Parts: sequence; structure tokens; C-alpha cells
Amino acid sequence: MRKYLKLNTPIPAKLYFSLSVAAFALLLLFWQLGVTVGQLPPSHLPPPGAVARAAVDLAANGLISDIGISFFRVTTGFLLAAAVGVPLGILMGSLKVAEAFFEPLLAFFRYMPASAFIPLTIIWLSIFEAQKIGVVFIGIFFQLVLMIMDVTQNVPQDLIDTAYTLGARPLEVFRRVLLPAALPGIMDTLRVTLGWAWTYVIVAELVAANSGLGFLIMNAGRQLSTPDMFVGILTIGVLGIICDMAFKALNRLLFPWMEREV
Amino acid sequence: MALAAAPGISGNKLTVVNLTREFNFKRQKITALEGISLEVKEGEFVTILGPSGCGKSTLLRIIAGLAEASSGQVYKDGRLIQGPGPDRGMVFQSYTLFPWLTVRENIEFGLTLKGIEAERRREIVDHYLDIIGLAAFADAFPKSLSGGMKQRVAIARALANDPDILLMDEPFGALDAQTRLVMQELLLKVWEETRKTILFVTHDVEETIFLGDTVYVMTARPGRLKARIPVPLSRPRTIEIKNSRVFLELKTRILDQIREESLKAASMMPAGRG
Repeated sequence: MRKYLKLNTPIPAKLYFSLSVAAFALLLLFWQLGVTVGQLPPSHLPPPGAVARAAVDLAANGLISDIGISFFRVTTGFLLAAAVGVPLGILMGSLKVAEAFFEPLLAFFRYMPASAFIPLTIIWLSIFEAQKIGVVFIGIFFQLVLMIMDVTQNVPQDLIDTAYTLGARPLEVFRRVLLPAALPGIMDTLRVTLGWAWTYVIVAELVAANSGLGFLIMNAGRQLSTPDMFVGILTIGVLGIICDMAFKALNRLLFPWMEREV
Repeated sequence: MALAAAPGISGNKLTVVNLTREFNFKRQKITALEGISLEVKEGEFVTILGPSGCGKSTLLRIIAGLAEASSGQVYKDGRLIQGPGPDRGMVFQSYTLFPWLTVRENIEFGLTLKGIEAERRREIVDHYLDIIGLAAFADAFPKSLSGGMKQRVAIARALANDPDILLMDEPFGALDAQTRLVMQELLLKVWEETRKTILFVTHDVEETIFLGDTVYVMTARPGRLKARIPVPLSRPRTIEIKNSRVFLELKTRILDQIREESLKAASMMPAGRG
């Protein structure tokens, strides 16, 4: 027992997995106990069984298309932000003039919450898809650029200097050293920001939408259908964890050279 | 680009003339290097010995073209150096293998840049893998190598590029004592085979004597060259030479020089520290 309580020491994979599963099982257990022993009203905390039934019902009645539309909005906003943000962040991380020009401006925007822009985006982009995508974009773009800049700047100077002493020209150093060295950090930044994109799409859908998971939750709220709200919220969690695992698997595939624990 | 050679430096592989490096720190001007002049002949193994913070790494970086001098010049083969180039290879103290490239790809990095064809690259890499004894690890990523092995590959990578001079910045500084001994012997073996001109910086007195033909002793703050000491030990050298009378006498002499410096440096420290 004690050997598993050493600070920052690896444990067997089986144990790791069992503990992770146990956490979910405990959550379910306490939930059920809250309902049966705690006598919490179902309008506040519906029993797990009721939520499961609501999930089956909703799955047959539009849940899938709500997932689809939210997924589309997240992916589009995320890809747009990445398409502009990654090159810009790399540029700012490798050229001080670019940093001096963009960094203070973006840092300024970063502190404006994306939710504060929602009324404005409605005026600018109406209430159609572009508006939801716009909120996602505003929500993650500024953070993403600054994080990519940071990743790029953290490439060890000695690696860059080594390339120079081996005869590389600045563009070759950029392509052959800076980019490959920054790539794992860039992928990790994308993984984190994709999680944030899900937050912002729900915020946008809660305010002004007639489809999507945020709308589903809002609509269930209006009808005081707590089980449906639970289904909506849990679905977002499941989607998030799937995205995360997909990204981690992709990273293992792309960067077999990385040193990693576990 | 062919600049006229300054008089008296054309016979040397490397000539450093009156090099000074200053930088500003909290509005104070700090002199890191002052009036450094030194010469390295073709095929010579020169070591620079100095305490931490004496600016010896800065000196090497200036010679490599990675940093700029405040005044003074560096000439290689009689030509003024401006910026880095493959004619001056460098091995760093930190591990600088590109982690996303295999051992083979690391060693051929410079060759690829030069546009040398694959078959010839393969021959060159195989040759150096053989010299450093890591042929079995050709396709391994650096993550699976020990510290000593990483530095062996870094040396092979620098040599495969066939530089005119090899600059080494405390390359064994991060290694344990046993591995360091093995690496010193390996480096001597490599040097015997290639006769590459080497400028090697360290704070290890034994290392500096064991490896070098000529030892420059450096002072701290500002970094100056205090003495130039020829090493009258015959080659090829083996580890036993460290017990010889000549070696021990030289060591005592250099240690005396250093002790003076360390005392001076210590007396400059603020009271109550160290």
C-alpha cells in the first residue's frame, strides 16, 4: 500500500485505470444516495435512472442532431482560430518585432470575456451560424495565439544555436528546428483550447439559438425538465473527454520521440 | 568576402585579437571579457581553464559567431569572422541532440544542409558511429540514450560536418566522474584519428591538462587570460599519465594560479554570502 503513496511516482497501469473507473462509480453511488437517502426532490436532483431514460428518449428525438450542430460550430470556430492563430503565434514567438506589435493588443483583447461580445455579435452577424462560430472564435483565438507564442519562445536556444553552428540559415533553422521542436506544444495548446471552444459554443447557444446542446439545456430549463438538462450537460462532458483522448492518441502517434511518463 | 589577412595571423587556424565584451546589467556596465588574445594552430588541441562565471562560454560563443564582441576581432584562417558558420562546429554542455531525429539523422543534419547525397551521407555517418561506438543505436531516438551517449553523438554530429575547428563548451560538465573519464579518453582517440583543431573550455584542471597541448588559464570578472601553459606530455596519452610526475607538477602549478583567482573572486563577494 505504502509504495503507491510515494510522491510523484508511477503506479501500475491497471491500478491507474481502476482508480479512474472507481471515481465515476462513486459519483453515481453518491448521486443515487442523494436521491434515495437524502430525499432530494427530483426537480432538483433526478435519479440516475430517470436521466438514463431521458437520454434514451432524447437520443430518439433530436439529441444526435443537436450534438451534430454543436459539433459543427465548435469545429468551425476552432479551425478558424487555429488557422489564423497558430501561424501568428509562431511568428510572434520567433520574431520580436511581431511580438512587440501584436502581443499587447492581443493581451488587451484577451481580458474581454467572449460572453460580453454576444450582443455585439448578434448585431454584426445576426443569429445564424456565423454568430455562434464568431463567439467560439473570440473565446479562444486570443488565448490560443498567446499560448502558441509562448510555446515557440520556449524552444531551447541551444538547439537553435546548434543548428546555426551546423551551417543552417535562418529559414532552415525555422523549418528544421523551431517548428519540429514547437510542434508537440502546439498540439497540446490546441487540445486545451478545443475544450474551451466547447464552453463558448454552449454559452452562445444558451443565449441565442434554436438548436444545439446549449439550446437543448436552455429549452429543458424552460420546461423544468431536469433530467433533460442533465442529459445535455453530461453529453458535453462525454464529448469533451472523447476529444481529449483523441488528441492524446494523435500526439502519441505523431511524436514517438517524446519522453513521457505513465 | 575575402578580407585581407591582418599581419601575423595568417599562420594560425584561429586568432583572437584583443577581444572585449561588455554588457549592461541594472544600469551598470559589466565587463565579462577583457583584452582576450589567443592563438590556435592547425591541428592543435587548446584548452581554456576558468572558474564558473569567468566568461569562457561567452568567449566560445563569440568565436562561434553566436554572440558579438564589444570590441576586438576573431580571425579564422586569417579571415575575420562575422556570424556563425559550419566551419566552426560546436558541442555544448547541455544536451542538444534534436529529439525528433534519430541518432543517424542527428549526425547527418549538417550534411543534409550541405546537400550531400544520401549514399555519401550514410558512409560518413557510419564512419563516425563506428568511432563513437554507437553503431547499434543508429536508429534510436535520443530519449533512449544516456547522457554520455548523447554527448558522443553530439561530438560525432559536429565532426561529421568536417569543421575547420571544433569548439567545445564544457561538453562533459553534466556527466558523472566515471563517464567523464571515458569521454576524455574517447575524445583523445577521436582527435588522434582526425587531428581536428580543437578549442575546449572547462573548469576541470585535470581535464585541461590531460586533453590539451596548450592550456590558457582564465581569471574571473572581468575574464582575462592570465597564463599560457604548454603541456609537455607525449601523445598518444592514456589515463595512466595522470599519475606521472610531469602531470602532477603541472597540476600543482595551475592549481596555484587558480587558487589566487578563487581567493580574489571570493573577496569580491558580498559579505555573508557563500
